[in-house]
Amino acid sequence: MTARAEVFWINGPVLKARPEGNFQMKEAVVVGEDRLTAEVIRLDVDSITVQVFEDTTSLKPGVLIEGSGLPLAVDLGPGMVGRMFDGIQRPLETIASRQGDFVHAGVDIPNLDREQAWPFQPEVAEGDEVRSGQRLGVVQETPSLANRILAPRDVEGGRVTWIAPAGEYRLDQPIARIRSEQGECEVAMLRRWPIRIPRPVKQRLTPEQPLLTGQRVIDTLYTISKGGAGAMPGGFGTGKTVLQQTLAKWCDADIIIYIGCGERGNEMASVLEEFPKLEDPRTGRRLMERTVLIANTSNMPVAAREASIYTGITIGEYYRDQGYDVALFADSISRWAEALREISGRLEELPAEEGYPAYLPSRLAEFFERAGRVTTLAGMESSLTVMGTVSPPGGDFSEPVTAHSRRYVKSFMALDRTRAQARFYPAIHPLLSYSEYVENSARWWQQRGGGVRWAEQRAQILELIQEQARLEKMVKIVGRDALPASQRLILVNAEVMVEALLRQSAFSETDRYCSPDKQIAMLRTVGDFIARAEQVVKDGIDPDALLALPVTRRIRRMGEDIPNEKPELFDELAHDLDTAFAALVPATQAATE
Amino acid sequence: MINPQQHILHRGITSIQGPLVFVRNAEGVGLYDRVEVLVKDGGESRIGRIVSITGEHIVVEVFQGTEGLSLGESRLRLLSEPILLDVGPGMLGRVYDGIGRPIDGGPRIAAHERLRIDGEAINPIRREVPSEFIETGISAIDAMNSLVRGQKLPIFSGSGLSHDRLASNIARFARLRGAKEQEFAVVFAAIGVTFETAEHFRREMDEYGAMERIALFLNLASDAGAERLLTPRVALTTAEYLAYEEGRHVLVILTDVTNYCEALREVSSSHGEVPSRKGYPGYMYSDLATIYERAGRIKGRQGSITQVPILSMPNDDITHPIPDLSGYITEGQIVLDRDLERRGVFPSIELLPCLSRLMNEGIGKDMTHADHPAFAQQLYSSYAQAHQLQLLSSVVGEEGLTANDRRLLRFGERMEREFIHQGNERRTLEETFDIGWSLLSSLPDETLVRLSDSQIGEHVAPRRDV
Ligand SMILES: Nc1ncnc2c1ncn2[C@@H]1O[C@H](COP(=O)(O)OP(=O)(O)OP(=O)(O)O)[C@@H](O)[C@H]1O
Ligand SMILES: [Mg+2]
Repeated sequence: MTARAEVFWINGPVLKARPEGNFQMKEAVVVGEDRLTAEVIRLDVDSITVQVFEDTTSLKPGVLIEGSGLPLAVDLGPGMVGRMFDGIQRPLETIASRQGDFVHAGVDIPNLDREQAWPFQPEVAEGDEVRSGQRLGVVQETPSLANRILAPRDVEGGRVTWIAPAGEYRLDQPIARIRSEQGECEVAMLRRWPIRIPRPVKQRLTPEQPLLTGQRVIDTLYTISKGGAGAMPGGFGTGKTVLQQTLAKWCDADIIIYIGCGERGNEMASVLEEFPKLEDPRTGRRLMERTVLIANTSNMPVAAREASIYTGITIGEYYRDQGYDVALFADSISRWAEALREISGRLEELPAEEGYPAYLPSRLAEFFERAGRVTTLAGMESSLTVMGTVSPPGGDFSEPVTAHSRRYVKSFMALDRTRAQARFYPAIHPLLSYSEYVENSARWWQQRGGGVRWAEQRAQILELIQEQARLEKMVKIVGRDALPASQRLILVNAEVMVEALLRQSAFSETDRYCSPDKQIAMLRTVGDFIARAEQVVKDGIDPDALLALPVTRRIRRMGEDIPNEKPELFDELAHDLDTAFAALVPATQAATE
Repeated sequence: MINPQQHILHRGITSIQGPLVFVRNAEGVGLYDRVEVLVKDGGESRIGRIVSITGEHIVVEVFQGTEGLSLGESRLRLLSEPILLDVGPGMLGRVYDGIGRPIDGGPRIAAHERLRIDGEAINPIRREVPSEFIETGISAIDAMNSLVRGQKLPIFSGSGLSHDRLASNIARFARLRGAKEQEFAVVFAAIGVTFETAEHFRREMDEYGAMERIALFLNLASDAGAERLLTPRVALTTAEYLAYEEGRHVLVILTDVTNYCEALREVSSSHGEVPSRKGYPGYMYSDLATIYERAGRIKGRQGSITQVPILSMPNDDITHPIPDLSGYITEGQIVLDRDLERRGVFPSIELLPCLSRLMNEGIGKDMTHADHPAFAQQLYSSYAQAHQLQLLSSVVGEEGLTANDRRLLRFGERMEREFIHQGNERRTLEETFDIGWSLLSSLPDETLVRLSDSQIGEHVAPRRDV
């Protein structure tokens, strides 16, 4: 018998009810005749407290809550990629077809479509021994994605007694039977998994490969690794969302989970509009064919916002377990934390910092810890990368969500208001940002060959940026003209390097994605410029005169002007650089001639 | 105003605290349901809603103040429905109070429909990405921070600055390319502003002959504070009716959102809620989102809702929670500056902190001009450099600057005097481009890194003095 309870207390999305029967913590429940989805968040002797994931307007005391006996879970199976779900994984398309243009409470629909049939291709035979996590067959979920149907966790060492022949099956139809010590069980493509519990893996590994993003400032300075975790804090309008969407478009993961957590409706609409039109530069397939979208916009129910990141990460783990490299983007972690704070406030829990509950840091840690490179149960290597934006009030990085996120991530990309205001994008502040994944990237570029001196060049760039910051302070006191030529040269080199390499518009068709080869060519070109500039300045050329050269202008614009497919243009540029610098005549010499 | 089917008359008020009235529990009422408070038998009634139900009590928030209520004499009429607004044809050209009752002596609105004033979230899958350029006639907006139909673009201002004039200029100038005249409407919600401000706006529109396309909602400074929580919602419900039922392109001006937030803080503190920054409630972000996110376009529907909310930044501080949280929700912001205002620049738009996030959707080839994006980027980048140099030259003097730097400095000054400043004149986009390109032509090629060679050749080089 399922437990029931009668509501007597209502405060926003939080309800208290008198129970009859046993409820469990985190149990999924339904409320009232409209069957609103909710979750048990507190148990007392004579009352239960639930949070409701839908609008509670007009909810009346006396309505009944019905237990399910199971924790809040999502459906896992083919049919997620290319679609947009709400915070508790209900397909927004189906909601729209039932309810129209606006979302209202009370839509009782399955998360994944039970009617649709999928083409299943078996990969085991009757009598085969199976291990949990092993592939039983595949379903081509999208033209670029094979969804691998795995053996469930509890059949270790069992044998296949029946496997479905190739053909079309609905998600809940059996596709195999397996006999193990636990007896014989039927296996369907559809699985359920509780969102707050990480899916098991055989072993956790440390990240090794870089996640290539096609963004120079990330791939060369503040790298991300597959299986790593990162945070992007920044005030409003500094470019967090554009950066995340850019990474979601161009990074070399197999699957993208994009969570709009408490942000704008139009941003989700633009992903939906844009991704189906864009091509993956590596596979040539549409980007939407590898993307799962979760949307809880800022005006949607706040409890579902809290759940949305767990829904997203559980789906991410599902594809990770199939052996894929998954990248998850959550925009914004702060809105999730605020949802947590709001619910906590309604429960009248004792607040810690700035009204946030004392368990904020541990929840953040749990979330970021679900990122990682792993060996799956069946022994495949795969990864789940997690990148979250943080929206600090007033752009102040000392606030709790930024401060605590920082403790659990290894890649920190601080977005800077001054740069954003000058329309210098991505506005990543080179001195406040850092990455602990740099060695992985260094190894990768090294192994890639081609005589790249990646680590050396990276160090040179960072040094230049640091020198620039120091000299700019001096300029503020004495003026630029008062600096000796050697120091003005550093400023010139830094200016050219920053503009040429670190600026990259997400909206430029040529430059929004920069291939590794183009990055190398650009690094080399800037390196050449710096080397030549040092030489000619030693010979008496005024450093500021270098800025006036047309070739310098071309270097500063090369990202936009030279497409990935035309590497030969870099050779041309190098040649013109040689010619232009060779033609320079020092002012003193010119006077004597 | 409304004839509810079902209601309960309740006498059990046990306590009154600020805007909150506590009554003994009653059957059949739900969260956020509407309540009418009868001050005395046969006396006036006020509007409220149920904000929580605690087992022993129902807590009612009264929007029009609790002055004069008494435990013994006042009664509540509990209606089992949320707060609704009557909408129907003929809503334009009218003046309403802060909760949507006509106060211009005209007839009642013949209800065509009754809509929930707190609206519901647009399903993101049904949103159409806003992309139609609106020419506001203001250079700093059209060229640099373009507004598109369905966007929410607030004006961040300060007390005493000329935001009202800017807003009414936008309302008067805005040209919706390709839209027939009568499809265009303005909903103006005064939230806690003075009578004079509201009257000024009305007169301007009247003079311009635009009154019949406007619906005015007035919650004045002298009206009850808590009522401010309803005014923007009532105004937006009207806008939704005009946009989605009558197919109009509606421009919604909300002024001043700061007064709204203060009302929110007051009500929140009377609930005894744990405050977040500066005493504002932790849910202020979500609450503001339920207002701002009502801007937009919906697939397959004719009309649109564009919002230009005005908010005054307390102490001109953009990091104050009200502008800060707004900036995190809206699609950019137009920021006014006291220093520019003092120097007689009108509109006193401070370009650097301004932003329009939907600009890229609405400008460029086939929409405005193919070179518009690069143009805006270059003006921004040069102006930001000029701004840096201004700071620098105030310390080291102009002598410490290079010749190029001095040119940039001049450019920055001219931007303010010639480009941003335009008085009350309306400029076409072409005029704006012309001024901007001319200003850029005062700078050498080497500093114009955001422009391609061909853009320089086409727009800048021909304008250079020889
Ligand atoms: N990489 C980029 N290339 C070009 N333009 C950019 C880039 N990043 C940001 N922008 C510009 O800055 C605007 C604001 O960026 P974005 O919406 O990502 O800010 P945000 O940090 O997410 O702000 P919020 O916290 O309010 O959501 C964009 O609309 C775009 O015009
Ligand atoms: Mg954002």
